[in-house]
Amino acid sequence: MAHNVIYMKQVKKRYQTGQVFFDALRGIDLRVEQGELIAVVGPSGSGKSTLMNIMGCLDVPTGGVYKLDDKVVNTLTSNQLADIRNKKIGFVFQAFNLLPYATAYENVEVPLLFARVSGKKRRERVHELLARVGLADKMANKPTEMSGGEMQRVAIARALANEPDIILADEPTGNLDSKSGGAIVKLFEELHDSGKTIVMITHDKSIAERAQRVVRLKDGLNDTNGDLS
Amino acid sequence: MNVFLSIKQFFNDLRRQKLRSIMTMFGIFWGTCSIVLLLAFGTGITEAQLKSQKGMGENIIIIWPGITAKEFKGLPKGRRIRPTDDDVNYIKERATTIARIAPENGRNMNLKFGRQLTSRNVMGVWPEYGIMRNLIPQMGSRFINQLDLDNRRRVIFLGNLVADQLFGDSVSTAVGREILVNGLPYTVVGIMKEKEQDSSYRGRDSRMGFIPNSVYQAMFSERYSDDIVAQCKPQFTGEIMRQEILRILGEKYKFDPTDVGALSVWDTTEGFAFLKNFFYAFSGFLVAVGIATLITGGIGVTNIMNVVLEERTKEIGIKMALGARKSSILLQFVLETLFITAVGGLLGLMFGALIVKIVPMMGGEEFIGVPRLNLWGSMGVIVILGIVGLIAGIFPARRAANLQPVQALKLF
Ligand SMILES: Nc1ncnc2c1ncn2[C@@H]1O[C@H](COP(=O)(O)OP(=O)(O)OP(=O)(O)O)[C@@H](O)[C@H]1O
Ligand SMILES: [Mg+2]
Repeated sequence: MAHNVIYMKQVKKRYQTGQVFFDALRGIDLRVEQGELIAVVGPSGSGKSTLMNIMGCLDVPTGGVYKLDDKVVNTLTSNQLADIRNKKIGFVFQAFNLLPYATAYENVEVPLLFARVSGKKRRERVHELLARVGLADKMANKPTEMSGGEMQRVAIARALANEPDIILADEPTGNLDSKSGGAIVKLFEELHDSGKTIVMITHDKSIAERAQRVVRLKDGLNDTNGDLS
Repeated sequence: MNVFLSIKQFFNDLRRQKLRSIMTMFGIFWGTCSIVLLLAFGTGITEAQLKSQKGMGENIIIIWPGITAKEFKGLPKGRRIRPTDDDVNYIKERATTIARIAPENGRNMNLKFGRQLTSRNVMGVWPEYGIMRNLIPQMGSRFINQLDLDNRRRVIFLGNLVADQLFGDSVSTAVGREILVNGLPYTVVGIMKEKEQDSSYRGRDSRMGFIPNSVYQAMFSERYSDDIVAQCKPQFTGEIMRQEILRILGEKYKFDPTDVGALSVWDTTEGFAFLKNFFYAFSGFLVAVGIATLITGGIGVTNIMNVVLEERTKEIGIKMALGARKSSILLQFVLETLFITAVGGLLGLMFGALIVKIVPMMGGEEFIGVPRLNLWGSMGVIVILGIVGLIAGIFPARRAANLQPVQALKLF
């Protein structure tokens, strides 16, 4: 049996707004193997983003067990979590989340700085990454000087900076027209072909077709495609 | 390498957010500059005023002859009261508040050395006079002494400018030489050390000569003194000494000690006390302005930090999502604040120093003095502003860094 990169058992997330509690995740069972491409779908408000944020260690669950590479994430320190976000997981947001004042080059450079990659190697790596997403000529552009598709490609280059095993993407084409969205989808397909493990919230047909599994969320619960026996 | 990369990161951020950095820096610059200037000019003005007081002498009062304005014990008003040298000794023997007292006479005389001739104010004085009036002899020379006075020696102590004028290049050999005063030979016994502030109620000491009063009186058959200079003991005030002198002379010459006409008195310590109080108030004012400026600067820095809180929280969220540790986020803020404060503060200090240098070139030194840079005070200002900035910057940063990345990303 293949190695479980991601393992979730009865993962729960309860939000509190004032006196009101809301269970966004009510018990997620999910397993992702090395090299898989998984599509997560579901109606708005079903908890897809919540799940993805927990998976990406951007948020902590309020219940259940989450293991990343067989290590329980719940008990890790904030520094250990930071290192996981830096090296193990690349996160692509629907809203891009680029540093607004920084150029494409500088944005891609940020994770490398946190990983303490030294000068020359860093420069080579940024050039290589931006070339890979087809933006070698936009290196000095700031987010305001780029199209949505270009911004998302910078974000992907940035997510790949420290060669993470896992790429998580929350509706990466959600803010894009179909043409630029297509280019992004193609990038993810290439990444999948190169052996990355990818979990993506998407409604894109071509991704869904390629995906090993499509996990459906509804009201904070997932269907049996979570594949946890 | 660790630190180096943080610095690289930090300069990236600083450069990107130019406007904010410049605004904050300007706040610090302005605060530092104004306080540096306040301190510098405050010090300069205070020193200038106190010095002009000290140049005349400390704790002295000057007494001139007068005419009684009140009847006293059956005696009519309108009588002249003119103290003599004997009266000065009479006061000296009886008064308890007086440290030194001396008569003073003066008039214009012709001074001549070789072919140099000049007409100068020459004063007949006692030895104590030199101490009271801060007439300090140059190295290897002396003031009029008691033997000069008792033996009516024809000796003269010269103001430094008069000496320069009479002796020119050979002024260093002037002591021991003879000059002619109104045609009579006098031996130069001393030359005054240059005083920074030497004007007094009779003109500048540097342009006068001083001879024993006994000689002066013999020369002009003068019994009375033009005026009397008295210095009180440090534990008393000029006013107490004035009352005592008036009481003693009032008994002797039978006038009412409260009669303001009998003797006219100038109590220089009154002005001195006023100046001292004035400058206490002035310093208080400066401190208040300084504190207000610091508070304003601090609020400015805090404000700027808060204005950008939204932006910064999102930035912190992004950085944490990309793997920034809490410590590196905080370090960035600390470095940023320290850098901005240091640059703003040093620029303010330098600009202030420049003004402090330029202003005296435009004159007015007598009144505003020489503004002096108060280095420690200025450093203190920078440090305080730095602390304010640090507190203002670090708390929002810490709050943001303690959030989960997704919370920081979604906070606004
Ligand atoms: N910070 C929060 N506090 C309270 N409730 C929240 C919070 N974040 C999300 N929720 C709620 O949790 C539920 C799930 O939200 P989530 O963003 O995961 O939905 P989603 O499936 O990603 O929806 P969409 O397709 O619209 O992006 C929603 O009902 C939302 O209102
Ligand atoms: Mg969502």
